[in-house]
Amino acid sequence: MLKLYDYELSGNCYKIRLMLSFLDVVHSIESVDFYPGAQHKSPAFLRLNPMGQLPVIEDAGMVLRDAQAILIYLAARYDSQGVWFPRDDPVRLGQIAQWLAFADSITATASVARLHDGLLYSHVDSEAARLGAHKLFRILDEHLYFCEQVEQTWICPGDQPTLADIACFPYVMLSEEGGISRIDYPALRRWCDRFKRIPGFVVMPGIFHAGPGLEASTV
Amino acid sequence: MQCTHSFLFDDWHVVADMELLTQQTPIATTLFESPVTVQCDDNGTVICECKGSALPTQTRYGFVWTSLGEPARDIVHIPEAYEDDRYVVSGGSFFVRTSGLRVVENFLDMGHFPFVHSGWLGDEPHTEVKPYEVTLTEENEILATECYFHQPVASPTATGGIEVEYTYRVYRPFTVALYKTNPVCDGRMDYIVLFIQPVSPETCVVHSLLCYVKEGMKRSDLRWFMQLIFSQDKPILENQIPRRLPLDPRAETPIRADKVAIVYRRWLRDHNVSYGAIPAQGDPR
Ligand SMILES: [Fe+2]
Repeated sequence: MLKLYDYELSGNCYKIRLMLSFLDVVHSIESVDFYPGAQHKSPAFLRLNPMGQLPVIEDAGMVLRDAQAILIYLAARYDSQGVWFPRDDPVRLGQIAQWLAFADSITATASVARLHDGLLYSHVDSEAARLGAHKLFRILDEHLYFCEQVEQTWICPGDQPTLADIACFPYVMLSEEGGISRIDYPALRRWCDRFKRIPGFVVMPGIFHAGPGLEASTV
Repeated sequence: MQCTHSFLFDDWHVVADMELLTQQTPIATTLFESPVTVQCDDNGTVICECKGSALPTQTRYGFVWTSLGEPARDIVHIPEAYEDDRYVVSGGSFFVRTSGLRVVENFLDMGHFPFVHSGWLGDEPHTEVKPYEVTLTEENEILATECYFHQPVASPTATGGIEVEYTYRVYRPFTVALYKTNPVCDGRMDYIVLFIQPVSPETCVVHSLLCYVKEGMKRSDLRWFMQLIFSQDKPILENQIPRRLPLDPRAETPIRADKVAIVYRRWLRDHNVSYGAIPAQGDPR
C-alpha cells in the first residue's frame, strides 16, 4: 500500500493528501514529528530523504520526495483519465510544469512567512518572504482574472482542474497565517472558492470547507 | 510595561521548549513586551537574559521558565508529569495573535467542540453543554467538574464515539489544564496543560504539555492530535474581536461566556489582572 510520510500542518503534505483524495487512492499515513521534534532531520529520516523535507511517499518499493514530483507520479500512475496531468498534451503539460515551479516559489515565500509567524522560526526573513509572496499572488491573481475573461475556471486551460491548481492552492489558502492578506486579490479568492468545491476536496487545519456563498462575494 | 502587579509579573513563565532549544540556541523571544534571550551553554546550563541582565531561570517539564520580576511562588506542581505510565511530551509552541486570556477562555469552553472540532471533539447535533460544577479551591484555583460531552474521536486511541468526562483547572491567569477520560483505561484520565507566554497584551505563545496514559497510545500520535486540534482553534482565536478579554460584567453574554468563563473573568478582576484584558468600567486602574 502507498505510504505517505506526513505532517498535518504542512501545506506541501496537504497537496499530496488532496491528490490522494481526489483520485481515491488507498494509502497509509506515517505522521512525522516535524515540529517541535524535527524528526525530518533525524538520521533515520535522512536515509529516506537526504534533503530532510516532507512529504515523502513509498509506493511499490519506490521512495519519492518533493511535493510536485509526487503529484506528477500520482497523477500519471493513478489517474486513468489523464485529467490532472494530461500526458498527451504537450502545451498543457508545459503550462502545468510552469505553474508547479511557481508553486515551489510560493512555498519559498508564503510558507516561510507562516513558519516564522506561527511556529516561531526566528532565523528567517519574514518581511522579505511576505513581499515575495505578494509579488507572486499579484501574478497569479492577474492570470486568473484573464482566465475568467475567457471563461477558463482553472489555472491551465481545460474543463478540469490540473496539478497546477493543487500545487498552488495550499500555501495561497494558508497565507493569512503568515500575515499575507488576500484582500487585494479578488480573482485569486474566487479561484480558492472554486477549488474547495472540487469533488473529493478535503480540509486541513486552517482551511475550511466552502461556505454557502462565494468567499469572494463578501468583498 | 503596563503590568506591575505581582500576581502576574512576579511569577514564572515558560519562554522556550527545551526540545527546540537543543536544536537552535540562542532563542530570541518576548515576554511582557520585553526581549528575552534563552541560551543553552555547552554544559547544558540554560540562561535567560533581558537586555544584558540575567533573569531567574529554571527548567521543568521540558520547558525553560523565567521571570521578569521576583517569583513569589514556585512553578505549578504537576504530579501527572512524574507518573511513569504516562507519555510526557510537549505539544509544540504556537504563536497566536490574541490575548493569552482569550486562549484560556477558549480552552475552558466545551460549547465550541461540535463546530470547531467537528468529527473529533464534537459532532452536530450534539451541541448542548450540560450543567457542570465550578468551584474556587483553597489554593485559589478554579475547578470545573462533572463536565460531560459526547466526542466522536476523543483521543488518538479512541476507536469510536464516547461520553467523555472533563475536569478543567485554572492554576494561574495564563496556566490552564484539563483532565479527560482515557478511552482505553477505565478510570484513568489524560492530562493537558497550557503554559501561555504573554508576548504582548494582544499576542501570546501557547506552549502545551501532554501527559497521556501510555497504554494503547503511540507517542508520535500525541503531538499530531494536539496540533490538529489546536490548529482548528487558532483561526477562531485570531478572529475574536477585541483581542483583549473584556472583564466588564456587562460584556458577558450568556451564550459566549458560560459558567466557568464567568468565574474566570471575575477571578481575573479580583486579582487585578489587566494584562491582555479590557478592565471593567469604573475600575480605578
Ligand atoms: Fe478548541
